[in-house]
Amino acid sequence: MTAAPATACPSRAARARWALTDGLTLVERELGRLRQEPGQLITALIFPAIMVVLFGYVFGSAIDVPGGGNYREYLMPGLFAMVTFTSTMAVTLRVATDASRGVMDRFRALPMARSAVPFGHTGAEALNGVLGLTIMAATGLVVGWRAHGGLVPTAQAFLLLLLARYALSWVGCYLGLVVKNEHTADQLLPLVFPITMLSNAFVPTGEMPTVLRVIAEWNPVSALTAACRDLFGNPGAPTAGPTVDPAAGPAGDPAWPLAHPVAATLGWTALLLVIFVPLSVRTYRRRGR
Amino acid sequence: MTDEPAVVAEALRKRHGDVQALDGLDLTVPAGTVCGVLGPNGAGKTTAVRILATLADADSGRARVAGYDVARHPDQVRARIGLAGQRAAVDEKLTGRGNLRMFGRLHHLSRPAARRRADELLERFGLTAAADRRVAGYSGGMRRRLDLIASLILRPQVLFLDEPTTGLDPRSRGDIWDNVRELAADGTTVVLTTQYLDEADRLADDIAVVDHGRVIATGPPDRLKASIGDRLDVVLDDPATAGTAAALLHTLTGNHPALDGDRLTVPLAPGTVRLADVVRELDGAGVTAADVALRRPTLDEVFLRLTDTPRPDTDTAVTGPAPVNGGTR
Repeated sequence: MTAAPATACPSRAARARWALTDGLTLVERELGRLRQEPGQLITALIFPAIMVVLFGYVFGSAIDVPGGGNYREYLMPGLFAMVTFTSTMAVTLRVATDASRGVMDRFRALPMARSAVPFGHTGAEALNGVLGLTIMAATGLVVGWRAHGGLVPTAQAFLLLLLARYALSWVGCYLGLVVKNEHTADQLLPLVFPITMLSNAFVPTGEMPTVLRVIAEWNPVSALTAACRDLFGNPGAPTAGPTVDPAAGPAGDPAWPLAHPVAATLGWTALLLVIFVPLSVRTYRRRGR
Repeated sequence: MTDEPAVVAEALRKRHGDVQALDGLDLTVPAGTVCGVLGPNGAGKTTAVRILATLADADSGRARVAGYDVARHPDQVRARIGLAGQRAAVDEKLTGRGNLRMFGRLHHLSRPAARRRADELLERFGLTAAADRRVAGYSGGMRRRLDLIASLILRPQVLFLDEPTTGLDPRSRGDIWDNVRELAADGTTVVLTTQYLDEADRLADDIAVVDHGRVIATGPPDRLKASIGDRLDVVLDDPATAGTAAALLHTLTGNHPALDGDRLTVPLAPGTVRLADVVRELDGAGVTAADVALRRPTLDEVFLRLTDTPRPDTDTAVTGPAPVNGGTR
């Protein structure tokens, strides 16, 4: 028979190697799931298409793009940002399902690296992010969206979206570890949706009542959207000029995160990673103890 | 391997909020034996297994599994144990083969070795035909079998099975039992928790009865049964004679018989009464018996006597298999 335990006395180096290979094994698991469930990809394909049609054509006809321009060009960065944020809940759901089905207990009874499980889940989400962005960008191209900023800024925009998604996946992972239950995780999704709506993703913030406008301008969704508009060269970037109706409030200039959207996005991304990576790893380690 | 027992737990205590889940649990399982940990729901069985399998820390007490302290060398313990729980802890979205390969990789087998081991196990446990189907489409019994297999990837020295057949239909239960017997025959130490007495009776070399977080009796099933003595069963032709018969049995045995319909049951210290005497005395008193029998107590009776509390769910737990419609989660 085969399979001798390779685990007599794990050295420090072996442990470090395990952390990596175990994490990769779990990323690979996600690929295996996608292969078994192509329906997931189809859902991932249809959802952005629906959003593009719904917002691009239904609402789009009634919304004026600040500074002029095609609404669907204005919309796409917002949709990219929205999908980035809502994907958080998919991680929560996967982690919580593992926890409630006992898969996580099995992992924890294996001589695996402790950090591998959260890293595996978030790594898998990065993989999903690449797939999701590709599908979404293709949908956008079909409806007439184009990146005008040139190759490097376009690549930067996609990298920024991936980075944000990765950072958010750690939040999702933490939530999944905390709720431990797929049904609770399911119920969190409707909470994320309004957060993405309360931003500049679909409509200019200038027309909002003051309180909502301030919230929207400081919403990380808005910063990410604005950063993408900047980098893609799509209309509606606040740096293009004052977008605020003077009657709506005293602020003539956009809020700081919107004036420096790339820096703001990098900032909160780093913040999320600094908080949620250690928190998730620690929570995973201590769960059930 | 040394002569050290496969599992030694000493005075384990664990509190979950207001509940003292373990209250000084001691357990010793000699290597190569099957130990049945028997107890009602909430007795602390699962908590004990979780601590022994390094999933949880005890508040106090010590435990060694496969020669290593679970708190100080959890990785050494993990490399030597297998755990299959109450739930089928496998990824429903992967195939059976995909699951086993993944767990093989997570055991740090090389890719080809993980593939070979998966094939080998699927073959041995008769799951080859379903190997490339998604687990979501498996029956409850197949899932549980896959779960069991997933815990065998590295040929564990000690296998923890936490209620491996709860909620399964009788046939799937039989399959799992066969698997456990095979593993035990190969020399794997098995710690099996169950609330089914017949399961412990059939599989275990030793039984540890757990109640309120501690072991209240241990021993081979036969010795546990013998410890409360035999039973004398008398089935009466005419229930109206029950009073006379009961008084007579009381005189003969010194114990008070229990009446259930037309059946009188009285505990019997071993070797105190001969069956023939009972029949003659009953005849002499004018009581006609349809049946008089001496019998060994069932584990149910042992259990009831030991725990001295009504079982929480008497109808399913004591008599064995749960209803077939029981969940498979």
